[in-house]
Amino acid sequence: MAKRRQGLGKVLLASMLLTLTVALGGCSGDKQDGDSEKVSDTAAASHITIGIPQDLDSLVPSLSQGAGTQEILYNIYEGLYKPDSEGNLVPAVASDYTMSEDGLVYTFTLRDGIKFHNGNPVTAADVKYSIDTCAGLNGGEPVISAFSNIVGVEAPDENTIVITLKESSSSFMAILSTVEAAIVPADAADLQTNPIGTGPYKFVSRSLQENVVLERFDGYWGEPAHIKDVTLKVLADSDSIVMNLEGGAVDLVARISAAQAAELGDDFEVLEGTMNLVQAVYLNNAVAPFDNEKVRQALCYAVNRQEILDFVSEGKGTLVGSSMFPAFGKYYIEELNDLYTTDIEKAKALLVEAGYPDGFSFTMKVPSNYQQHVDTAQVVAEQLKQIGVTADIELIEWETWLSDVYQGRDFEATLVGVDASTLTAGAMLSRFRSDAHNNFINYNNQEYDAAYAEALAAESVMDDDKATEAYKKCETILAGTAANVYIQDMCELVAVRKGYTGYTFYPLYIQDFSKLDIQ
Amino acid sequence: MRYIGKKLAAMIITLLCISFLVYLAFDLIPGDAALAALGTDATPESLAALREQLGLNRPFLERYLEWLVHFLCGDFGTSYKYHMPVADMIVSKLPITVIMAVISFFMMVVISLPVGIYTAKHSGRRIDRFVMALNQVVMSVPHFFMGILITYLFGMLLKFFTPGGFVSYETDFWGFLSYIIFPCFAIALPKIAMSVKLLRSSCIEESKKDYVRTAYSKGNNTNKVLYRHVLRNAIIPVITLWGMTLADMLVGSIVIEQVFNIPGIGRILLTSISYRDYPVVEAVIVLIAFVVIVTNFVVDVIYQLVDPRISV
Amino acid sequence: MKRKKTYSPNFIMGLVITGAMLLLVLAGFIYTPYDITKMDSTAKLAAPSLKHLMGCDNFGRDIFSRVLKGMGNTFVIAAATVTIGTVGGVIIGAFTGYFGGLLDEVLMRVNDVVFAFPSILLALVFVSIFGTGKYNVIGALGIAFIPSFARIVRGEFIKYREMDYVKSARLAGVGQLRIIFVHILPNAMPVLLSSIMIGFNNAVLAEAGMSYLGIGVQPPSASLGSMLSESQTYLFSAPWYALFPGLMIILMVLGLSLLADAGK
Repeated sequence: MAKRRQGLGKVLLASMLLTLTVALGGCSGDKQDGDSEKVSDTAAASHITIGIPQDLDSLVPSLSQGAGTQEILYNIYEGLYKPDSEGNLVPAVASDYTMSEDGLVYTFTLRDGIKFHNGNPVTAADVKYSIDTCAGLNGGEPVISAFSNIVGVEAPDENTIVITLKESSSSFMAILSTVEAAIVPADAADLQTNPIGTGPYKFVSRSLQENVVLERFDGYWGEPAHIKDVTLKVLADSDSIVMNLEGGAVDLVARISAAQAAELGDDFEVLEGTMNLVQAVYLNNAVAPFDNEKVRQALCYAVNRQEILDFVSEGKGTLVGSSMFPAFGKYYIEELNDLYTTDIEKAKALLVEAGYPDGFSFTMKVPSNYQQHVDTAQVVAEQLKQIGVTADIELIEWETWLSDVYQGRDFEATLVGVDASTLTAGAMLSRFRSDAHNNFINYNNQEYDAAYAEALAAESVMDDDKATEAYKKCETILAGTAANVYIQDMCELVAVRKGYTGYTFYPLYIQDFSKLDIQ
Repeated sequence: MRYIGKKLAAMIITLLCISFLVYLAFDLIPGDAALAALGTDATPESLAALREQLGLNRPFLERYLEWLVHFLCGDFGTSYKYHMPVADMIVSKLPITVIMAVISFFMMVVISLPVGIYTAKHSGRRIDRFVMALNQVVMSVPHFFMGILITYLFGMLLKFFTPGGFVSYETDFWGFLSYIIFPCFAIALPKIAMSVKLLRSSCIEESKKDYVRTAYSKGNNTNKVLYRHVLRNAIIPVITLWGMTLADMLVGSIVIEQVFNIPGIGRILLTSISYRDYPVVEAVIVLIAFVVIVTNFVVDVIYQLVDPRISV
Repeated sequence: MKRKKTYSPNFIMGLVITGAMLLLVLAGFIYTPYDITKMDSTAKLAAPSLKHLMGCDNFGRDIFSRVLKGMGNTFVIAAATVTIGTVGGVIIGAFTGYFGGLLDEVLMRVNDVVFAFPSILLALVFVSIFGTGKYNVIGALGIAFIPSFARIVRGEFIKYREMDYVKSARLAGVGQLRIIFVHILPNAMPVLLSSIMIGFNNAVLAEAGMSYLGIGVQPPSASLGSMLSESQTYLFSAPWYALFPGLMIILMVLGLSLLADAGK
């Protein structure tokens, strides 16, 4: 009996040990993997894992929607032209173009010897197919709404493409250079599962919500990429970014927060750029009390923007005073930043004038997936308390933000960043025309409408100086009437593991992997 | 058999109810797929066109019935966001979540059984008190935080695994296993604590019963009584608990997958909810509910076979 | 059996912990050392000190004050959730258990539906429809909690409805409602009470999980779960940010589960 008891005891003990060893076995095995990975990183020196905050919504350029998707597809696909890191449009699939006097006919020359990832040469027929698809000339709705302006696409010979417009447009080339208007093979079976483009990287594989694997395209027409293999890893949530970087699962993550950057150890370098957007408390100009200019101005005076930067991003970021950010260069007016310097007394006085001596309360909707906006909102709410104004923060999903705030315009105030899809002034300013379909703040100012019309008129006759002047007038009106409580163009922080170099900031939403290198 | 038939019928009705309610719930949510698809570029005209194209304008019942028929045929629809069949999306992810649930379940059984018996045998001693105190604390820590603590301890400090370094079972099965052991542990830990506690108290209670005393008085050795008689009876409530936890574990992995950056069914569900990708959300929720209900059904049937007295 | 009841050390410990937690919750309703939204750029992530007992968070807000208020919020959410769950569960469980028949079948099916629907999913659906916030979390969790209470109460009623004292009451012409609520319910109380305590704990933990998924209490106000979730970015540089809310959750849950155990 005694022996029997021991036996059973042993079984129990053994089963416990077994579990332990399984667990530990797994551990030690993994540890070795981790070590060998590090070795191969430095030895083979041609692989990088990049963390991306969300999965790609589509691998077909014309169907892609999110800026986060398009910035990645930039590496796989190219349009006739494409933006470079200065924001200039440079030839890509085309090598040159000419525009007719009246600005209606664009003639492109195809680049010699350019190939798709599958080895086939790019033909004029492929270009015609791609542009036709985007313009809805193959049947169906135009994929890019601005392309409804295209009347016809012709390929008079193998190397020439002629695009004819209904009316001249200064932003046509910028839109043509977006990744949505990329050139794809006319005979591609299914781009969704097998994307084929002309970019520096070609597609290898993807696993939903897990990763996308890219490989350098050796037949690329331009300067080839440095790193051979790029793995894009989808990160579950922003809170795990630090752990993923420190733990070695990813080597590079763009747009991390200042708090996350501060947590990173010596293995990482944090690069600093700007996000190229206008972060502001966007006010619904059609609802009380924000229909009153004095109230809006009071809020502007009550907010201390430098303090926001200190709290949220360790003081990093660029203050803005209107709906325009510095990357726009000639359109940006720096002086507008100083229009409203924090002045609590003045803010209170304005509230009294406006008929709100005891302040008021309102709801500020903030998309919950942007931690920087959520943090900023908390600081703003705290600052507004000083003038007796209560801001209740309501966190909403991004999709709800799109439907309720942006489309439904059912909000009092919202704190977000508005970016530009192209580097044309219109991308930032056209939405504030009183009849613009995307005028989500219901801004209604006839002077503004007139100034904007003036800019458009000047553009249609290619008078750039006059157009710039008119756009600047628009910005000044927005700032003067305190259309929104403008805060900043946020700083963009990029964490890069030491040893990797060449990360390049773009003035648009673009991640260029081809410039990355290993020391 | 009649009992099983009745249960089966009830199960099917339950599933129908769930599918209907889920479909209805997502119909009521503000904002729709057309809007989510078009984003900030949407115009009223393009919205209307896309709604028409996606069939969002038709009456609710018509859409539900059509969806149900397709669903039963294994056609879960097409994802709005990814433009691919939902079934394809789920098929490659389901094994991840299922394997995790199975491993967690296995961990729970293998760990809680010996620990529960050991503490019951040594109840009142220092080791028992220590384990019970530890148990209480484990049960008091929120799930996600347990996951974070495990990541920090085993991943960051001890470097047993690479946090966030998940590899799919399709590319490297052993790498996959050695990674998911840790999230599985995070899922299993609270359940281990629960079943240790239950097994211990159940054993102690059972050993106070008359028949056990009789067995002792016949000169039976402690361990023989314990394993022959006490355990056989004491384990019944524990098995019930295990049956319930299997379903719990599938659902519990929603949060844990998020903590450990695992692209399983839970991740697909959460991201699809925020994308308003209805076909995916509906399919996944109905599927999860289906698994939960079928598991409960199987547990019920096994229970019935083990102990015919139960007929509730 | 004995007249004089001796209390187990576990029970006493549970009582002390729960009592202390309740005191802190009450204190938080009346007084906090600092305004819980008051930001201080000089005290960002400050370590615990005499000035700030539990240190400061990333905005320089006093964690002790926020923990006090956060406990209040967590307590209110958990208590309200359990109340909804209990009231709903008792009504459904009592009627189905007592009367049985078709009503029982139908309601138990509905019960199964909700039961099979994971509470986190239910909450996500709820929040997607009604928006985020404290009250929606309460509503979602409350509804999710009804089935488990209903099952327990139903089981008790099935046990008691055939008992002699109930039968004789029925023969004596006592009304059904009176039998249900006066004759049987008090007998179900011990079982119900311990499941209320366990339910409360589950609600505390569920609230934390929902905060992690970002659908709980909205900033700048706080709950223990939302603080714990916010703290994870700073786990290395400011461990106290996670420590104190975490500790309070553990103590809150621990105290009640000790009491619940002793109650059995």
